[in-house]
Amino acid sequence: MATPTKYPTEALKCWPKAKEIRQQYYKDYASAHDRGGIRWSGGAWAFDAVPMGLGDDVHVMTGEPYAASIAFDRKFAQECQDATDARGWARDLCSYMRIYWGSMYLNRFFFGGEFPKPDFYYQTQICCSHAKWDQEASLHEKVPFYCIDVCVGPYETLTEERLNYVVKQLHDSIEGMEKTTGRKYDDEKLIAAVHNECRSTSLWAEICTLNKAIPAPLDEKTMFSLYVLNTLQRSSKQIGDFYEELRDEVKDRVARGIAAVPYERCRIITDTQPPWGFLKIYRYMEQFGVVSVGSLYTFGLEGIFGEQEDGSWGPRKTPQQLGIKIKTRDEALRITADWNLSRPQWQHFYDPAIKTRMMLRIYNEWKLNGVILHLNRGCEGLTVGSSENRLGLIKAGVPVMTYEGNMADEKEFDERRTTSRIESFMETLGLEQIPGAVAAQAAS
Amino acid sequence: MIKAGIDVGAKTIKVVLMEDRKIRGKGKVLSGFNQEESAKEALEQALKEAGLSREAIGSIVTTGNGRKAISYASGDVTEPRAAALGAVFLYPSARTVIDVGAEEARAIKCDPSGKVLDFAVNEKCAAGSGAFTEAMARALEVPLEELGPLSLRSTQTIPMNAQCTVFAESEVVSLIHSKTQKADIARAVHDGLCSRVVAMVRRVGLDPELVLIGGVAHNPGFVESFKRTVGIDDVRTAEEPEFVSAIGAALAVGK
Repeated sequence: MATPTKYPTEALKCWPKAKEIRQQYYKDYASAHDRGGIRWSGGAWAFDAVPMGLGDDVHVMTGEPYAASIAFDRKFAQECQDATDARGWARDLCSYMRIYWGSMYLNRFFFGGEFPKPDFYYQTQICCSHAKWDQEASLHEKVPFYCIDVCVGPYETLTEERLNYVVKQLHDSIEGMEKTTGRKYDDEKLIAAVHNECRSTSLWAEICTLNKAIPAPLDEKTMFSLYVLNTLQRSSKQIGDFYEELRDEVKDRVARGIAAVPYERCRIITDTQPPWGFLKIYRYMEQFGVVSVGSLYTFGLEGIFGEQEDGSWGPRKTPQQLGIKIKTRDEALRITADWNLSRPQWQHFYDPAIKTRMMLRIYNEWKLNGVILHLNRGCEGLTVGSSENRLGLIKAGVPVMTYEGNMADEKEFDERRTTSRIESFMETLGLEQIPGAVAAQAAS
Repeated sequence: MIKAGIDVGAKTIKVVLMEDRKIRGKGKVLSGFNQEESAKEALEQALKEAGLSREAIGSIVTTGNGRKAISYASGDVTEPRAAALGAVFLYPSARTVIDVGAEEARAIKCDPSGKVLDFAVNEKCAAGSGAFTEAMARALEVPLEELGPLSLRSTQTIPMNAQCTVFAESEVVSLIHSKTQKADIARAVHDGLCSRVVAMVRRVGLDPELVLIGGVAHNPGFVESFKRTVGIDDVRTAEEPEFVSAIGAALAVGK
C-alpha cells in the first residue's frame, strides 16, 4: 500500500481561549449570587438573548453541555444517573436530563461545591424531553419555569401566524421574568444580545463552511470543543468575538494548507452527539486516514446556515449584514424567533426527509466518502428518523455505517464492537491502517 | 507454508490449518475464561490432526470477538472479512453470507474475491444470535441439539411477538402453560430468530447466492425457518459451518 500524503498540522492557537471561556462561564454562573447577579438555567436551544434584557449580571447554565461535561467523567456520570434512577425515573430517558437531574438531586456541582440553584428556568419545547426536564428541575428547586413552544413546523413552511405564535410567547416570558426577578427589562440589552446571537451562530456556520477545504482545517473531535461555546451562550459578545478570532485562524489554516488529520484521505460526517466518554473512536478512525469533518449535529445544532448566491450552503446573513436596524423589543423578538426557527437541527423533528436532504447536501459540498450514524439511545430527539436517514443516504449511493450507543450512559456503548465495526466499514471503503498514523498516535 | 486461522468466538474457539489452499487440520474447544490458553489447546488439536508440529506454522491470523486477545498471532482480520473470505473459498458464487454465531449474527454482502461490500451486525442484544436458541431450549427443557429436529415436526405457525430474549423466554413459558405443543413453540422460536437475521440480510440487500455459516447453521430448524422467511429454497449451508471464519482468517494471511 502506498504511503498517503502527509499534510502539515498545527495546534489551534484559539484552543486555550475556548477552554478558558468555558471554565469562566461555569465559575461566573456558580458565583453570580455572590455578586448580586441572576442565575437562570435551561437548554442550549433556549432563546438565550431574551433574559439578557434583565441586565449585564445575568448568568446562564445550559443543561446539555453541563451534562456532556459530566459524561466525559464516566464515574460521576454514572453516580448522577444512578441518583436519577433511584427516584424512579426510567433508564431510557434522555441521558443528559438524567445526569443533570442527578447532579441536582445529589446537590453536587461538577465544577466544585454545591449545585447552584437557578432563579428560574427558561426553555424551548421541540425535543420530546426539554420541557419535562426543566419542569421537574423547577419543581425540585421550587423556582419558576418558562417554556416557549416552538413546534410550528419546518422553517420552509413558516407563516406570519406561526411566527406570531412564538413571538407572543416571548413577550409573555419577558413579563414573567420581570415579575420573578423584580427587575425592569432593558430593550437595548435585548437588541444587542440578538445581534450577538445572530453574529455567533452565523460565524460558526462560516467556520463549518471553511471545512469544505481539503485537507480539512478542523476535525470533528476538535469542533466538539468549539461549537460548545454557542450552546453555552450564543448571545454573549465575548463568544461572538471568539468565533471571529477562530474564523480568521481557520481561514489562515485553509490558505496555508494546514490539516487537522495528517494523513487525510477519506472524509466522513457522523450524526448526533458522540458517546462522550469514548471520543477515542475518532482517533481510531484517524489511523485509517479518516477525518470526520463534522456532522449535521456539530454544524447545525448552533450554526445558522443559508443558501449562498451560488446555491451552496454557508452562513446565513445576519440582520447587521443585511442592513437591518432593530429598534424595538418586538422587532428584536421577531428576529430571534425567525433566526432560531431556521436552525438546521430543528427541521428533522417534522420530517426525516428534510434531514436526509441536508445530509446529502453536506455529503456533496463537503466532498465526503461516507457517513457514520450514531443510533444514540441517550437522545431520542436527535436520533428519531435516523434509520430513515440511513435508507435515504444509501438510496443516493452513500456508504453508511451505523452503531448503537449512548452519548452519556456508557452502559449502552460497546467499545470493542464499535471499533470492530468501524474497521469493517473501513474495509468496505478500501482503507487499511496507515503504519505512520498508528505509530504517531502510539508515541503521543 | 502452513497458515493457521483462529476464530476466537464467544462460545468456542475454532482453528484451521491450511497449506496451498487445502485444509490440513482443524481444532475446536470451548472458549472458557482464558481465550489465549483455549486457543492454544484448539491449535494443538489441529496440529495433531494434521500430524504437524508447532514449528511448521508460518503465520497465525485471528478473527472473532477475542481476536485481539491472542498474543502469539501475527495479525487479525475483522469478522465480516473472515466470514466472506471463507464462504467464497468454499462457495465461489456466494455473494451474501449469513453468519450466526453464539453471540453475534451478521449479514455480509461481498464480491467474488471475498471483499466485503456492506455488512449488518446485530446490536448489543442476544435476540438474533445463538444465545437466543440456547435460552429458549432451556425454557423448553430440550437439549439444544434436539431443538431443531423438534421444530421440524411442527404443523402450525405460532406468532411469537417478542424480539427480546428475556421477553421471548416469558412468552415461551406462557405457551407451555397454555398447552401448546413443544414442536410448535420450537418452530416459533426459530421463526423469531430468523425474522431478526433476515432483517439484517435485507439491510445489506438480498442476493440469492447466499450461504449460511456459523454454529447455528447446524440447527436444521433454523435453516428451514430461514428458507421460509427469506423465501428462497436453495440456501447453501456449509458442511462444517462453524469453521468457515477460521478458514477465512487463514486465507487472509498475506492479503
